[in-house]
Amino acid sequence: MTSIKAVSLTRKFDNITAVDDLSFEVPEGEIFGLVGPDGAGKTTTMRLLTGILEPTSGEGWVYGKHIVKESESLKDNIGYMSQRFGLYEDLTVMENVNFYADIYCVSGNERSDRIEKLLGFSGLTPFKGRLAGKLSGGMKQKLGLACALIHTPKVLFLDEPTNGVDPVSRRDFWKILYNLLKEKVTIFYATSYLDEAERCKRVGLIHKGKMLRCDVPDKIKEEFKAKTLEEAFIKIINEWESHAGK
Amino acid sequence: MPENNTVAVTSLEKKFGNFTAVNRINFEVSGGEIFGFLGPNGAGKSTTIRMLCGIISPTSGSGKVGGFDIIKEQGKIKQNIGYMSQRFSLYDDLTVEENIDFYSGIYRVPKDEKQARKEKIIGLAGLEAFRHRLTSTLSGGWKQRLALGCAIIHKPKIIFLDEPTSGVDPITRNNFWAIIKDMARNGITVFVTTHYMDEAENCGRMALIYKGSIIAMGTPEEMKTKIMKNTVLDIRVAKGEDWLDKIETLKGVEEAALFGVSIHAVVKDERAAIDAIKDIFKRSGLKDYKVTKIKATLEDVFVSLIEDYDKEHDESKKS
Amino acid sequence: MNLRRVSAISRKEFIQIIRDPRSLALAIVIPMILIVLFGFALSLDIDNIPLAIWDRDNTRASVDFLLNFKNSKYFQIIGYYDNYRDLQRLIDSGKAMMAMVIEKDFSQDLLSGRPAPVQLILDGSDSNTATIALGYANAVVTQYNTNIILNIMKKYTKENPTPVNLQSRIWFNPDFQSKLFIVPGLIAVIIMIISSLLTSLTVAREWERGTMEQLISTPVRRAELLLGKFLPYFAIGFFDLIMSVLLGVFAFGVPMRGSVILLLILSSVFLTGALTQGMLISIVTKNQRTASQLAILSSFLPTFLLSGFTYEIFNMPKVVQALTFLIPARYYIIILRGIYLKAVGLDVLWRPSLLLCIFAFIIVSVAIRKFKKKIA
Repeated sequence: MTSIKAVSLTRKFDNITAVDDLSFEVPEGEIFGLVGPDGAGKTTTMRLLTGILEPTSGEGWVYGKHIVKESESLKDNIGYMSQRFGLYEDLTVMENVNFYADIYCVSGNERSDRIEKLLGFSGLTPFKGRLAGKLSGGMKQKLGLACALIHTPKVLFLDEPTNGVDPVSRRDFWKILYNLLKEKVTIFYATSYLDEAERCKRVGLIHKGKMLRCDVPDKIKEEFKAKTLEEAFIKIINEWESHAGK
Repeated sequence: MPENNTVAVTSLEKKFGNFTAVNRINFEVSGGEIFGFLGPNGAGKSTTIRMLCGIISPTSGSGKVGGFDIIKEQGKIKQNIGYMSQRFSLYDDLTVEENIDFYSGIYRVPKDEKQARKEKIIGLAGLEAFRHRLTSTLSGGWKQRLALGCAIIHKPKIIFLDEPTSGVDPITRNNFWAIIKDMARNGITVFVTTHYMDEAENCGRMALIYKGSIIAMGTPEEMKTKIMKNTVLDIRVAKGEDWLDKIETLKGVEEAALFGVSIHAVVKDERAAIDAIKDIFKRSGLKDYKVTKIKATLEDVFVSLIEDYDKEHDESKKS
Repeated sequence: MNLRRVSAISRKEFIQIIRDPRSLALAIVIPMILIVLFGFALSLDIDNIPLAIWDRDNTRASVDFLLNFKNSKYFQIIGYYDNYRDLQRLIDSGKAMMAMVIEKDFSQDLLSGRPAPVQLILDGSDSNTATIALGYANAVVTQYNTNIILNIMKKYTKENPTPVNLQSRIWFNPDFQSKLFIVPGLIAVIIMIISSLLTSLTVAREWERGTMEQLISTPVRRAELLLGKFLPYFAIGFFDLIMSVLLGVFAFGVPMRGSVILLLILSSVFLTGALTQGMLISIVTKNQRTASQLAILSSFLPTFLLSGFTYEIFNMPKVVQALTFLIPARYYIIILRGIYLKAVGLDVLWRPSLLLCIFAFIIVSVAIRKFKKKIA
């Protein structure tokens, strides 16, 4: 089953085309990496797919819901972690989690089980009573993830979740993601770090709003005879720039 | 006066109340070297760099930067080094040129050299087109280069860069490192902190600091071979996410993670681990798989080192 | 409308208010300080006008004349002097507001039927007070004159002449105490400013801190979100209202003559409009600084100047008068003064009450319509 589908998705801001004619599909249960430099259009793509920004043209579906016509019912199925820490720093860990559990109307036994499980595997249980603003960068990101997962979403959107997080916390974060894959959650992961993109099943390389390549990391590396994705990516962009220059 | 561009510290320690931010560290950096100072957030990187730049005084220990004592000659150090902080200390409401002029005033660059120096820095950072732009309107990458330019306006022999690439995309980072390497070739010593391990490949030598202590030091190659005690295996198998748990819980497997279509496993004993992995595949009748040894990345090395350190210290606490 | 989400948002908002001492001070302490400060300072009553005297005549007649001033509660004679320099010094330094000079021939002129000049020097720098003081002085002199004329007529006609006798009776505020008039208006001004200022930050803060992006990616509905944010501020506003009423009664002695229930119900309507006005500003600006500045500007100035609180509406130019119809506080002040001082009910106040409801309804609908669960 296709979990995310974009058809000619385009978004313009005044004269700038932030997202330019993107088309791709992500099957259910896959972890898909959207990779590109700052300002390439990653965040705009995320916002379009989560129904919080309307496209200028083109269409998209997330878990069968249209991103414009069904943008509200779409939100029942998704979890989203924005690039900036989106939780309340003046609320404690537990208060934030409870807030989002209420917003998603998670109740009864399911609620307490879910909260316990999420806090457990994100290692936040000892910090239940701490203000979110007093957590370290890595901890904040794990709390953000826990809140985005409180309602057991089918599709998870993560916008540069490990930005500014140290390598050890980053590994912990990825371990949580692997566990989600077992529950058949589709993960849409935006990052500007190519070493991280290597962990995704497939990656889409985005530059100046355009999708330059979309494939399995190994195939991209083979094609450009590159040792790392970073090397391949720089080649792809340079090649594209020289074409665009002409 | 002989030109001295080395850094050396012995038993350098900094305490904040009961908390030891930097725990008696020792290292030396020779002239023209790019020395990476790596570690997670809060490991003590910024505290160390601030002691070396004469911004704060150590609790104990000693050190010399460019031949000057870090306790007694803080003023002289500040005149002779360049320092670029995490937050790029630029004035957002000044233009690119005005920022450069400001810093050349601060470092008392002689009047007749000012203009030439400014042009050189604008050229080096590629800021030609942005001279009169307000700094606030520059993107992260350009700000970073401008900050670097301002930090070297007085031609320091040693520069300290505190997480210079945080929040900057890979292409910009690549360009930035090209400038840094160029400076090192011209004999400038570069002391750089970062928590991006892939970036550390650019350093000549590096030290890993964790919880205030240096837990490993060497060239990138040494880190990945001599210092790394574990082996990384690449296991290519369909539906990797279903096997991940089983492999991770095998004896001798330190860590397992998905990488695209394969699983990377960090193992203590290569032979025993390969046998054990093959064994579980065999038992479920799976034939289509491949296990190969691959070179560890610096991140693998650091995570292994840090986990080993934590284990050791947990045990020593218990006993 | 899912009440669980509403209460989750209210609870969250409430915790945030409690944890932020500044917003708590703004919500509770500032309104109290304002009402006390304004209540005492904004007095329009004038009595005990300091008066300095130079009596150059110094006869029975002049002393008799001055007795009228001495016995009036509006004047306070601060002393008798014998030269202009002293009088000038007193007025310059503000020790005296008025100086009176009785000419040498006062009693002679009076007896021989010539006009007897009395010179009055008045500090006119505060024109309002000076006008009132002059009015008082005129009244005293007129009274004195009437008595003289009556006495003369009595002599000739041997009868008791009866001139027109104006029997005035002052309702609601028989002593003309301005605080009875000011305090109810003050409640309207304070509730308006504080309410719109409080809510002006709430939506903008979430946009600025990035928490709104997270929130709009959830199934929460617009009305749930806005109602959830509204309720805690409504509670605070209501608390402020009750505190103000109590302060009015106990600290200023403003009587509460009408129905408290009616006052609270209509106040809730006003409060709803004021709170939503702040929220609307917050929704539109998405920026805390602009929002709070705009909130003060749009609540303080119109309410203070155009609601009839400080300046009488019938004194304003026609264009400005038309503008006052758009100021909800105008209706609320009519209601407050009506209930407080006149003890009237809805039968009299139905028109401003209806207009207040219409205003609240409009602003709430606009706010919901303007709030979008979209980034741009």
